[in-house]
Amino acid sequence: MRRAVQFTLNGERVEAQVAPHETLVEVLRDEFGLYGARESCGQGLCGCCTLLVNGTAVSGCLYLATLADGARVETVEAGATLDAVQEAFIERAAFQCGFCTPGFVLMTRQLLAENPDPTEDEIRHYLSGNLCRCAAYPEIIEAVKLAARKLRK
Amino acid sequence: MKRATQPTETSQIGRSVPRLESWLKVTGRAEYVHNLRLPGMLYGKIFRSTVAHGRLKRIDTSAARAMPGVHSVVTGAEVKTVVPDPYYGPAFHDQPVLALDKVRYVGEPVAVVLASDPHVAEEAVHLISAEYEELPAVYDEVEAVSSKAIVHDALKPAGTFPDLKHLKGVKNTNVALDFRLRRGDAAKAMARAERVFEHRFRTQQVMHTPLEPMVSVAESTEDSLTIHTASQSPSFVRIEIARLLGWPENRVRVRVPFVGGGFGAKLYIKLEALVAVLTLLVHRPVKVSLSMEEQFFTITKHASTFRIKSGVARDGRLVARECEVWWNGGAYADIGPRVTQKSGFTAPGPYDVQDVAIDSYAMYTNLPPAGALRGFGIPQLVWAYESHTDMIARELGIDPVEFRRKNLLREGRPQATGTVVRDAAIGKVLERASELIDWGKPFDRGSGAVRRGRGIAIGFKACIANTTSLAAVQVNADGSGTVYVSTVDMGQGSDTAMAQIAAEVLRLPAEAITVVHSDTDVTPFDMATLGSRSLFHTGNAVRLAAEDARAQLEALRKELGLPADCPVADIFKKKYGMRAGSVTGVGNFIPPYTPPDADGQTDNATPFWMVGASAVEVEVDTETGRVRVTRLVNVADVGTPINPRVVETQLSGASIMQLGFTLFEKMLFDGEGQLRNASLAEYKIPGLLDVPGELVNQAVTSEQRTGPFGAKGVGETGTFGVSPAIANAVHDAVGVRITELPLSAEAVFRALHAK
Repeated sequence: MRRAVQFTLNGERVEAQVAPHETLVEVLRDEFGLYGARESCGQGLCGCCTLLVNGTAVSGCLYLATLADGARVETVEAGATLDAVQEAFIERAAFQCGFCTPGFVLMTRQLLAENPDPTEDEIRHYLSGNLCRCAAYPEIIEAVKLAARKLRK
Repeated sequence: MKRATQPTETSQIGRSVPRLESWLKVTGRAEYVHNLRLPGMLYGKIFRSTVAHGRLKRIDTSAARAMPGVHSVVTGAEVKTVVPDPYYGPAFHDQPVLALDKVRYVGEPVAVVLASDPHVAEEAVHLISAEYEELPAVYDEVEAVSSKAIVHDALKPAGTFPDLKHLKGVKNTNVALDFRLRRGDAAKAMARAERVFEHRFRTQQVMHTPLEPMVSVAESTEDSLTIHTASQSPSFVRIEIARLLGWPENRVRVRVPFVGGGFGAKLYIKLEALVAVLTLLVHRPVKVSLSMEEQFFTITKHASTFRIKSGVARDGRLVARECEVWWNGGAYADIGPRVTQKSGFTAPGPYDVQDVAIDSYAMYTNLPPAGALRGFGIPQLVWAYESHTDMIARELGIDPVEFRRKNLLREGRPQATGTVVRDAAIGKVLERASELIDWGKPFDRGSGAVRRGRGIAIGFKACIANTTSLAAVQVNADGSGTVYVSTVDMGQGSDTAMAQIAAEVLRLPAEAITVVHSDTDVTPFDMATLGSRSLFHTGNAVRLAAEDARAQLEALRKELGLPADCPVADIFKKKYGMRAGSVTGVGNFIPPYTPPDADGQTDNATPFWMVGASAVEVEVDTETGRVRVTRLVNVADVGTPINPRVVETQLSGASIMQLGFTLFEKMLFDGEGQLRNASLAEYKIPGLLDVPGELVNQAVTSEQRTGPFGAKGVGETGTFGVSPAIANAVHDAVGVRITELPLSAEAVFRALHAK
């Protein structure tokens, strides 16, 4: 029942044989050894499994891998060097255990691509679908603001 | 990233070093057991009890075994072929690896399906059926005292703790510890008091919900076992698994990489005994990863009931206090009896009361087990005593801060145990919190439907004793340093703090130090990463180990006749004729402790005191009952901060977590003990929109003289005062008093309407 799915993964053309029930997070983990997107709540509510599909953030634990056929998939592992968002997360100490961090990084990138100068209220609302049990939220807000400043320069 | 190894004169203490693992975490490369896959590995999925209390009559696994792709199905009977007496636990040997004769809560593991494909294993779980002879169940911690429903046929203390020995073999009871403290004569003092106040408070059962759900992997050879586990207590896991199997400790290796949040959930044995038995049965690596839902059936925070009674003299001084606390431990004791005692003795709060009586009961019930959750029982106690304190002050017409000030336990005064309080900045913390919230200054109290109020609360905690930590510090041939500890970095920043402590002694930048993660084959014993003990205990051990390494280097330098300013690399080069060698220093730290007598009295109850206060401003919508915290101030005595930034984020994170436990988190059970909201869809945890607009976190200037460079633990302190501060503010805003957590909109609405 497996079928071939071709997509671009972090800029590289790839192919995988996937079963109909398999999610994109599972395929990235099992076929490509990418662990940055993580299934946590399993219901698309916590954001730990965030991935970008054609530039739009999706919950990778609910997104069936077959739907990625022909798509552009990006994970936190993309890029050889730290970008402004990752630098800002480090500089503002915007994580503790780090398990939710890739999801926050990807959502922040999407936020800043849409809105280069978000207000605090906009940041809170945009990232409200990402949960951090360590509650590094105040530092995350500061990191997003710093990343926005870095990117505007 | 470049890592300097050049010596530095800059102090590494008080430096906000970015976490050493920052790059790994922002790039998604940090190692978690969640990521681990081993060749030939099988996945285990758990079949769980559907009744709260019952004798297990029959399990039918035939359909599951017959399903294509299923490797095997394991029940309690198979477990016994590997471990004849498969009961584990830190305080009682009461918890079976898989249910045997009885089940004691809904969700208890009964059988496991193993398959190469986790989806197959999960589907096969649904093909298993079990029959139970249902028994009467008990859910309430106070009812459990007199209930005819008895959770365990006979009590089985582990033998670790002297105060549990008298419970061995006791039948017909649900009391897993009856801690008692008597100082002076509370009844007599109460009778003499001008006014007497008595209230009853309750807290609800909640769950830690670490975002990396509990996960363990085990692999075995014919005479060795390796367990990779998201655990806060690798040393305990090794000892307990070795005990269960009857193996030498060196045949059991426990590895812990980074842990994706713990908060007390990942302590002692969770999945480790299960995966160990499974791999020994099937001779293949086995992984068990829980879903978020399953975490709720594994470990929780104690619900509690606290009856507190105080006598107050004419001058407003507290002269007597009686505390009776019942802890809902669920079906297995886990560390509940220690919560009952170690937190129990602080139940009268940080107040100077001459005559005190405390009774604190660890109760078995037919609910998921309860253990430690960020505060080890303290938040439940502070909730009660600080609500009570506020109620007394308001009743007496005394300003709540002034009333506390009048009664605070000051430096050099004995606490309820008789232990004299040292290095606890209780007064300072209270004053700073009240300053930061502008206590006593006018503010907009709102009008119409929205009303505002302020509240404050202060709590304190003793650190668990008697516990030990060991550390090794290796100085390499180039002068760089490596720290070996079994402390687990689950997000609290211990790797970075330990590196800073070692670096300070070795006069290196913290970035020149690496910290080897817990591996019981490599890193020395550590009691566990819990109760804010690691910075103090392991930190002291690291300091001693680094000093030992430094002394060895110094001796070597003198022996070789090298000058005092000689670089470390040159010492090794001269000694070995090339770049080679290393020195390893060891540190063994165990602080002094005196066990309490029959009245709970001791001259040394704790290695240090933690002090935390919170002050809040809230808005209450009187039409909906919704409470919104607009300002939250957290102040703590953390001794001398090793890493001020990490300290601040620990206080902040702890307080936001406690905000969830205060306003909305609650495990909801139906009349049959079935949990109704075991998912993040129905059990809401704080998100960005719940964070107060103004959030201030401060550590007061203080020093823990026995701590490493004056420091002490901080992981839990931010939780202490949050709940009662909010309840006190709600009362200040709208005049209703909520005595049971959470302060949900519904609870506040009902109270407003009952007024």
